Order: sequence, then C-alpha cells, then structure tokens
Amino acid sequence: MDGELNSGIGGVSRREFIQFCTGVAATLGLSPALGVRIAEAATAPGRPPVVWLSAQECTGCTESLLRSTHPTLEHLILEAISLDYNETLQAAAGHQAEAARHASMKANHGSYVLVVDGSIPTKDGGIYCKVANRTMQEHVVEAAAGAAAIIAIGSCASWGGIPSSGPNPTGAVGVQKILTDKTVLNIPGCPPNPYNFLATVLHFITFGKLPELDHKNRPKFAYSRLIHENCERRPHFDAGRFALEFGDEGHRQGWCLYKIGCKGPETYANCPTILFGDVGPGAWPVGTGHPCFGCTEEGVGFTKPIHALAELKTVSPPTAFARIAEDKGQGITPGAAALAAGLGGAAIGAGAVFASRLGKAEQAESGEHADSGNPE
Amino acid sequence: MSAHAHAPVGGRLVTAPFLVLAFLAAIALALLAGRFVYGLGAVTNLNDGYPWGIWVIIDIVIGTAFGCAGYAVSLIVYILNRGEYHPIVRSAVMASLFGYTLAGIAVMFDLGRYWNFYNLFLPWYAQPNSVMWEIALCVAGYITVLWIEFAPTFLERFGLHNAREKLSRVLFIIIALGVLLPTMHQSSLGTAIVILGHKVSPLWQTQFLPLLYLSSAILMGLALVPFESVLSALGLRRQLETGLMGRLNRVILAVGAIFLAVRLGDLLFRGALGHALAGDLQANMFLLESALFIGGLALLARQQARRSARAQFVAAVTLLMAGILFRINSYLVGYEPVNGTWHYFPSVPEMLVTVGIFSIEILLYLVFVKKLPVLAKHA
Amino acid sequence: MKRRDFLKATAVLAAAAPATGQAALMREPKSMPPQAIGMLYDSTLCIGCKACMSACKEANDLPPERLPEGGEWNTGTWDTPLDLSPTTYNIIKAYVNGTRAEKDRAENGYAFVKRHCLHCVDPSCVSACPVSAMHKDPLTGLVSHDPSLCIGCRYCVYSCPFGVPRYEYNDPFGQIGKCQLCSHLLAEGGIPACCDVCPTGASLFGPVEQLKAEARRRLDAAPGTELEFPRGEIGSDRPTHVATVGDYQQHLYGDRELGGTQVMYLSGVPFDRLGLPTDVPDVGYPTLSEGVQHTLYKGMAGPALLLGGLVFLARRNIKRNQADDPLFTDEDTEPDAAAQKEEKDS
Repeated sequence: MDGELNSGIGGVSRREFIQFCTGVAATLGLSPALGVRIAEAATAPGRPPVVWLSAQECTGCTESLLRSTHPTLEHLILEAISLDYNETLQAAAGHQAEAARHASMKANHGSYVLVVDGSIPTKDGGIYCKVANRTMQEHVVEAAAGAAAIIAIGSCASWGGIPSSGPNPTGAVGVQKILTDKTVLNIPGCPPNPYNFLATVLHFITFGKLPELDHKNRPKFAYSRLIHENCERRPHFDAGRFALEFGDEGHRQGWCLYKIGCKGPETYANCPTILFGDVGPGAWPVGTGHPCFGCTEEGVGFTKPIHALAELKTVSPPTAFARIAEDKGQGITPGAAALAAGLGGAAIGAGAVFASRLGKAEQAESGEHADSGNPE
Repeated sequence: MSAHAHAPVGGRLVTAPFLVLAFLAAIALALLAGRFVYGLGAVTNLNDGYPWGIWVIIDIVIGTAFGCAGYAVSLIVYILNRGEYHPIVRSAVMASLFGYTLAGIAVMFDLGRYWNFYNLFLPWYAQPNSVMWEIALCVAGYITVLWIEFAPTFLERFGLHNAREKLSRVLFIIIALGVLLPTMHQSSLGTAIVILGHKVSPLWQTQFLPLLYLSSAILMGLALVPFESVLSALGLRRQLETGLMGRLNRVILAVGAIFLAVRLGDLLFRGALGHALAGDLQANMFLLESALFIGGLALLARQQARRSARAQFVAAVTLLMAGILFRINSYLVGYEPVNGTWHYFPSVPEMLVTVGIFSIEILLYLVFVKKLPVLAKHA
Repeated sequence: MKRRDFLKATAVLAAAAPATGQAALMREPKSMPPQAIGMLYDSTLCIGCKACMSACKEANDLPPERLPEGGEWNTGTWDTPLDLSPTTYNIIKAYVNGTRAEKDRAENGYAFVKRHCLHCVDPSCVSACPVSAMHKDPLTGLVSHDPSLCIGCRYCVYSCPFGVPRYEYNDPFGQIGKCQLCSHLLAEGGIPACCDVCPTGASLFGPVEQLKAEARRRLDAAPGTELEFPRGEIGSDRPTHVATVGDYQQHLYGDRELGGTQVMYLSGVPFDRLGLPTDVPDVGYPTLSEGVQHTLYKGMAGPALLLGGLVFLARRNIKRNQADDPLFTDEDTEPDAAAQKEEKDS
C-alpha cells in the first residue's frame, strides 16, 4: 500500500494526493491528520462498489461531478471506488449494463453504495420513468435492499426538486419517500457541490459509516450553516445596503441581494465557503450577482418565487438581541447601604439623645424657673 | 424697647462640630470637582431610568420644604396676623435662606448643562407650560426675596440704620412675595409629578399633588420651627420656647389634618387604597409614611403633649420624617421607570455630597446665630 | 378674626385644587398637526436584520457602542447596544418566550420591536422642557431636540412615558439624545434612514393619515393570505414585495394611546409584551399637568389676585404690630453687646 501511495495514483503525485485527502478531511470538518487515513482508505485494494441509478433527472448532478478537479472524477471512479453502474459514464449499454449491475449487486450484497439522482415518479404506478421496462420505484427498492449506504444526490432525489414543484404531474418524490424504512443521506442542491458528495463517499469508505446528519438527513459538515452566515455580501445586509432591482446602482456595487429575493437567510449550504468549479472567489450564484434561490432547501427552492423575500433563520432569538427589558443601573451596594444606614442611624441616635436631654433640660428649667426664672 | 429683641449668641466660632461639618463640606466639594471633570455618572448612580436622584429629591425637593419655615411663619404672622410668633420670624427666615440658597446651588451641579441655565430667564426660550420652568423662576425669585427679607439682620449688625429704615417701608411687598412664591412653587413641586403619568404608582399619582405638596410643605416648615428651637436651645444652651411652640403646634395640627384629609380622601375617591396592602416596597413605604403622619399628629392632638418640649420635639421630628418620606416616595419609591428594568440607589459619593450640602447649611446656621442678631434675646 | 382668616386662606387653597376626580383639570388635548408625518412599524414584517440600527448610526453620525466587560451577554463586542442611549437612537429588541419556536407568537414564540421616539401628538417632553429645547414642529409634528438650549435638567427623560430620551451621564458636557426622524434628511428631500434601508418595509415612512389607512388595510386582510407591502415611503415608486399577512393584534398602537403618536405599531403579539405601555389614558399626560397649571395660573390672574390680597394683609398686619416686629423694629443689640457676650463665654 505504501508503495502504491509513493508511486502516486493515476499521474497524481503522492504529495498532491495526500493534499487532496487533507482537503477532504477539512471539508468534512475532520483533523488534517485523518487526511492520511482517507488517502490510505481511498487507495486500498477492493474499492467499494457503487451503483448509481438515475431517475427523473437532468444529469446536472453528474455533470457537476465531472467538473471536480481534485481529484478528477476519473480518479474517484477508477482508483477510489468501483463505479459499477452509471448510465452516463458506463461504457456498457442495454442488457449488458443491466447484467453488470445485477452481477455487482449480487456479488457485493450488503456492501455496495447506492447513489440515486433524480426524483421518483409515483403517479399512475410510476410509469413516467422506466429503465429496462421497470419503473424507477422498483429499481430503487430492489437496489436498496442490498445497499450498505444510500445517497440521494441532488434536490430531485432529496425531496423531489423541479419535477415535484406544482402541479407535479408525475407525482415525483424524493428517494426517502420510497425507502421509508431506510436512512437515505441527502445531498441536495441543483446541482449539489461535487465536493460534498466526494467528501461523503470518502468518509464512508474511510470510517465505514455515514457522516453526522441533520434533521433533513443532510451531512452536517456541508449543511449546518446558512448561506447568509458566510456570505461575502453579508456586511451590506448588516449595513442596510441593498440592491433593489437587477442592474441598479446597488446591484452593480455588489450590495446585498436580499431585497430582490435572495434565499440565503433561509437556506442551509456551504456554497459561499467552498464555491463552484474551482475557479476562485465569487464563483457561486450570489457571487455572480444572482440571489440564492434556495436549491438545497425543501420548501424554498422551486417552491418560493425568486423575488419573494426570505424568512430570516439566523436572527431568531436568542441570537444577539437586546431583550425588551434589559437590566440597567446600579442598585444598592454594600458601601452605599452602610452609609445610608449609618446616616439614618446617626439621625435617629441624635434625635434620641436630644429627646432624652430635652427631658432633663425641661426638668432643670422648671427647677431654675423656680429659683431665678432665667438661666442667662 | 421691643419685647423680642434679637442678639448674636456669640461664643467661639471654631468648635469641634464646626470642624466636623467643615470636613464633611470639604469632602463634598472634592467630589463635586469630580462631577465637573468626569460628568454626573462618575459621582452619581443616575441613569436614564432614574434621571433624578437624591441631588434633586433630597437637596432640592426636600431641602426647599425644610426651607419653608420662613414661608410658614411669615404666613402665620403677617397674613393670618398671629403676632405672638414674631420672636421666631427671623430664625425661620434664616432657615429658609439657607435651605433655598443651597437648593439653588445644588441645582447648578445637578444640571447636566449648567452653563445654559440662564436660558431659563430668557423670555424667548421660556416654556411657560413647563412646571419645571415655573419652579425654577419661583425659586430664583424667592431666594432673592429671602435675602432682602433677611437683610435687616445684616443692616442692623453693621449699623446701617438709614438703609434699614428705607427697606422697612417696602418690606410688606417683599413679605407678600415671600408668601406668594413658595405657595406657587411648593405646589408645583407636586404638579411636576403629574406629567409622569403611569410611571408613578397610583398611591402617589394624583392631580391633588399640588395641594398635598403645598400643605405638607407648610407642615414641614412649621414642624421645623420647634425642631430648630429645641436644637438651638440644647446646642447653644438657650432657653426652651415651649410655651410659644405649644401654640404653634395647634396650627401644625390643623394643617396636618387638612393634608391627611385630602391625602386619604383622594386615595379613597380614586379607589387606590388597595395598593397599600400589596405588601411590596411601595405599599410598605406608603404605610410607613402614613403612620408617621398620623403618629406625629396624634402626638400633638393631646393638649398635655403640646406643653411638653420632648413631645413637641418628637412630634416635630416625626412629621418632618413623614414629609421627607412623602417626597422620597412620590419622586423615587413610587416611581417606576419604563422601557427596561432599572435600578437606582444613591452611590456613596452621591450621598456624601448631600451630606456636605446639609453640613454647610448647619455650618452657616452656627456662624450666623453667633455673629448676627438672629435669635431672640431672653431679656 | 384670626380663625376666620385661617379658614379663608384654607378655602382659597381648596378652591385652587381640583374639586372632583382624577382628570378634573384638563387642558384640551392637542390634535394631529396638519401635515403630520410619521412611521408605521410592522413587527410581523420585521426580520430583525438591524439594518435600520446601522443606517441610523450612519445617518446621525453616532459612534458605535461597546458594552462594558463583565455583563450578562455580548460583552466587549462591537456596537451591540442593549438599549437606547444618547448614541443609539434606534434599537431592535426581541421579545422571547419559552421555546421561541415561532415568530410573532406570544407563547413559545418571539417577536421583534423597534424602539425609538414615537413623536407623540401631545408630547410630555415638550411640555416638560423648561427652555424650549424640546420642540414639536407645528406642521410636521416631529419632536426635535436642540442641545444648544438644553440645560440638562433631564425632566424630558423623567417624564417621557415611553422612556425614549437619554442623557450622557459619563460626559461632563453630556447631551440628550433621541430620534428626530432624520429631520436633516427630510430637509434634503430624503426619508428617515431606518425606513430607507428596511428590506421588508417593516419601517414605513409617510403621512400619518396614509399610514393609518395602510395599517387598516393590513388589519382587514385575512391572516395567512398574500398581500403586497410597500417599502421605504408609502406611495413612492420603490419596489414593493409580496408577503404573507401576519396574525395581527387587531389594534394600531399609537392610534389613540396617550393622545396618539406619529410613530405607530402593528404586532402579532400583545403590545405590552413588546414593552409598549398599554394601560394608558387616551390623552397625553401634559393635558393633566398643564390642566393644573393653566387653571392655577391662567393669565397669571390667580397669582396676581393672591399677591394683591397678601400685600393688603401684610401691610395692614405690619402696621398693627410693627412695634413687636423684629423685621421692622430697630434694636440696640449692636456689636458691643455681642462682644460682651463673647467675652463672657470665653
């Protein structure tokens, strides 16, 4: 294994490959030291087999994956995993391809990874998407039976995506709706960032389990923060500088796009931090001047109109808000209490002393009056 | 010669109490230097919930109520024609002089932007709807009136008989003003609370506040006379004026009865008396305040007690405390700041400044009675 | 005679005081100025972005506010004011309850509120200010403050029923600070900075009458339906946006409270939860305090009459008793007497 690592993989030097794996570790929020372990796992013999089913989809997810450059997709599918079935990338076709898939599923029963892109039609018996004369519903259920892990890639597979938006003529749903008794890891996005997929797969083959998921079964390393939180235009939001129309002064100045419908404040994804296409800063929708439309968020992307205002999630209390009634002012301090008590006590004491002396003086005076009548 | 001739008490000026008072006054002056260099916040605990602290409520609102001795006695002697109180007019006017002059000075260091204070007297900036403006003008006017009213004492001391003679001829106008002005601003000190609206507990918030403040100011001014008489009798080894004070106490009793009737009648009429049993700080302070008023007056109600110097003294002190508490309660305890949870208790330097102010007052009293013909000579 | 005098004086005092009831003496409530402008703040539209706070500081050239260390939260962070202050004219506060699960819900929910000057129709601060440093514009009704006149008595702070004006206690030359609805921007044809930047139109500027009609439109719309909301200034050509109608409290705060305010509130949670006083009369408190003052001092007739009476009585009584009076009778107690006494004492 060391030898293989040292000799490099597919034209990538060992140094470059370790760097990549360290990068994956960082994407996953893991210690850089684990990068070496990921590298070892990715180059271990007996690469994990992957079966990739495509339902009602546009191939955008696969296209996006093809754009990944560190490593390139071919490194992943030729060196790290064994992609046993993918309608876009496989060389085989027709019965041959079906036979290869079934052979792989049988041979690797219980250990292969099932990846699904595209939504599953359920209306009219699911006849709107068929491969090899069988509905996608049947394919998915069959493939899921022996899968060690199920990954739904793209918004369509995650929760229905475009095909499911009203009036949803095919009754499209996400994979989870079909496989209600299984855990389906969702990597939504239209398309999703390829590195979120790569990192998930490498996490699985390294640790033998899926990464930590959020309540929508999305890996937390990629979907735990709002776009709004890491957006480079956030200072404009905080300062109240908004683009009001496409092409207006504010838009050209690169101001916040919230007022023209940016869904960043209610969409969870790491777009602003890992960007797209490996071409440097600004390479993501908001960076190019288009409001985020919330593709990773069920109920937002393909559901809310682009111009509709987002519902802010990040600022829900208790995030840094003054309360209605803040506690202010200096109450009683021990020193002040002592002084006040001392003054009060002194006054009462003096009063008492005077009152008692008064009694004596009165007696004395009445006595003196009897004598001379005048003390002077 | 007059039956009530006045004479300086004489005696050494620099005594132990004198030094203690001077020391306290020096501390206050040093702290005030801090206030003018670093701002009010450096010395006081004032905040936007409690923008008025003890420098206003004790130094000014209570200080001028103490200063009502001259007003109350003038009212009785010159307006209600009770000549027998003549012997105490001069010392009462002097008490007012100090109370008001020092309150006027205290205003200057409580004002955040004191350098603008003269705007109060510029007609084009005046805001006659402001209760505060009326108080400021009346107090300033009354301080002037008091100095003129007290001027005979100085003129006498320095033998300026001609000037004194001339002054005597117009003095009745000054005396009339000296009754009018406190009537106006002491009632206005109560009106000043009306605009606070719901920020003041129903136990104190009423449109009767002007009448309550006026009657309690007269009450405090009158109670201060036997109080001061006893203190000076003991402190300066003078004869007690028990007989005279006993008659004065009948007037105190009458004014106190008016106050109590209005106070309780108003609370009953507004149905606010239930708040008195809430068991919280405000309710308890109200009960304490009322108990002091009733207790002090009850003590004077007995004819026998009115003849005892000790009972008179205790009653005077009780009524003074009641008046003080009424003012503190209506301005501070019964006051509930809005828009936040606010805390205020005077800071140590803040209290020391107030202590210093009252020290100066006593200090001046000692100097004046020793050097000027203020107290009646027991000839 | 003496007793009668006393009773007479008492009667004068009693007559001067209100004879019946709490609001017996009342100055006529002030009416809305003819060209009143103001603001409608809709808590259900507010997203708590605080853009208004930041724009306010920029427009009014106010420094950021650093909280002192050692507080309960947010200590030492940059410009996160806890409350209004002389350098914070506008603040977004949050009402929170229980799990804070849902916006604009009183129980287990949360809501935002924007606090600043409400520009009362009958402002206490203007009535309280002794030197006209607080001023209500007779046309637009905006309440502004002029520090060059202010004597720093803080009676405005003390009297404001909403706790808005604030004073700088830690400055020897401190000033009162409060929202003036960006009068300086209005003079240049602009609108208040907070309304200008508000992304949802939660702060909406405009003539009070139009704002009240807009509030009525929102209150009349069925909760949950879609409605178009103007942004910035009502009736302007700024882009509007469509949002869901909130579940409003069926009342426009400021419509009648304390004689009405020119800044008005709509909310999904009861107004008192947002720190706005609700148990208040429909007239401003100045009607009561000025009611007392105007009754007692109408044309200064009362005091003049009283003074006349006092002068008469004083003159008569002095003449009668002059011989007895220490203020009038010369005495032979001069320095030598005092000196003798001093000798005797020492």
